[in-house]
Amino acid sequence: MNLNLTLAFQVLFFVIFVWFSKRFVWTPIIGALNERKTRIADGLAAAEQGQAAEQEGRKKAEEVIDEAKQQASEIINKAEKYGSELVEQAKQNAREEEGKILTAARAEIDTEINRARESLRQQVGELAVAGARQILRKEVDASAHAQLLDDLAAKL
Amino acid sequence: MAASENITSSEFIRHHLTNLTFGQHPDGSWGIAHSAAEAGQMGLMAVHLDSLFWSFLLGALFLWMFRSVAVKVTAGIPGGLQNFCEWLCEFVDENVRGSFTSKNDLVAPMALTLFCWIFLMNLMDLIPVELIPRLLQLFGVHYQKIVPTTDPNITFGLALSVFGLIIYYSLRVKGALGFAAELTMHPFEAKNPLLKILFMPINFFLEFVSLVSKPISHSLRLFGNMYAGEMIFILISLMYGTSIVLTLFGGVLQFIWAVFHILVITLQAFIFMVLAIVYMDMAHQHH
Repeated sequence: MNLNLTLAFQVLFFVIFVWFSKRFVWTPIIGALNERKTRIADGLAAAEQGQAAEQEGRKKAEEVIDEAKQQASEIINKAEKYGSELVEQAKQNAREEEGKILTAARAEIDTEINRARESLRQQVGELAVAGARQILRKEVDASAHAQLLDDLAAKL
Repeated sequence: MAASENITSSEFIRHHLTNLTFGQHPDGSWGIAHSAAEAGQMGLMAVHLDSLFWSFLLGALFLWMFRSVAVKVTAGIPGGLQNFCEWLCEFVDENVRGSFTSKNDLVAPMALTLFCWIFLMNLMDLIPVELIPRLLQLFGVHYQKIVPTTDPNITFGLALSVFGLIIYYSLRVKGALGFAAELTMHPFEAKNPLLKILFMPINFFLEFVSLVSKPISHSLRLFGNMYAGEMIFILISLMYGTSIVLTLFGGVLQFIWAVFHILVITLQAFIFMVLAIVYMDMAHQHH
């Protein structure tokens, strides 16, 4: 219970310890704590920024997708229209071609008929002359009866 | 073992309350006191080797532990010990922020040092009172008080150091005149200059008493709590070796008191720290 020089030594220890504590313990540890605080704050801010950017990006992407969809539907519409036009055109062409082919075929048929008729006419004359020769048992002068024969052939 | 045949209970208690004192013997030679009476005769120029040894060792232990963290401190992910030290630093920092309104970089490290140091010194109280003195007795050291805070020299040393800082910062922040005004212009105030002068001695008396009572109450609070706790441990240890029933009862009592004491030692360290912060805050206040 005696107060003595111990007290002075304790004061000395206190001074040394507090000085050491301030210089070599408190300053670095609190420095690290503060640095971490700023780091965390920076990280949070960056995260917030990232989130905002992400949202913006998503919005933009949605816009792009919408536009693309619209364009796609436009393209599809156009293609459909073009396709139906093509089909229409093809039908038209086919119809025209058909008409042409038909008329050509008809014309050919007509000429064939005429040719056949022509040859038939000739043959009819010859047949008639030959027939008459048989009937008359004599030569018939074809040229003498040419008028008659021609009339006959025209009747055919 | 306590109340053995050759020493009485009061001798046992006195033995446990005597520091290992180094000083000048009445015959002029220097050495270690061999009895409490001899230690008392050494007067002011004596030194309590045990108190100073444990005080220095525990303070150094605290600083070594925190320094080992501070050397490789990282702002990244902290390791286990760094986490613990950071937790303590933040705890102290919060208390300083809460109670200390001015700006002074010394207050927080001082508070941390006081808290950890006093806590460790108080913690020595939980070591069974007989253990270390008995061990040292084998090596010829006859007196040993291992709880430095049960030595008023230690608590007064700490409180007076804080008091010195209070006076220093009071003078630095308020100036000599401001500090003098603080001591003489309150609590009785007057507009009349004559009355003012009349009040001065009364004010000074009141303020001086309250100023001087700061270090006294500061140190005696810690000392009284720890001394009383230590005394109860010593009294409990008196029961050992008397009879089996009393020894067992003593063991139970010691356990209960030790558990309760964990609260006391932490609380006393905390109170000492908070009061130091508050006193420092008052020293920085302008009126």
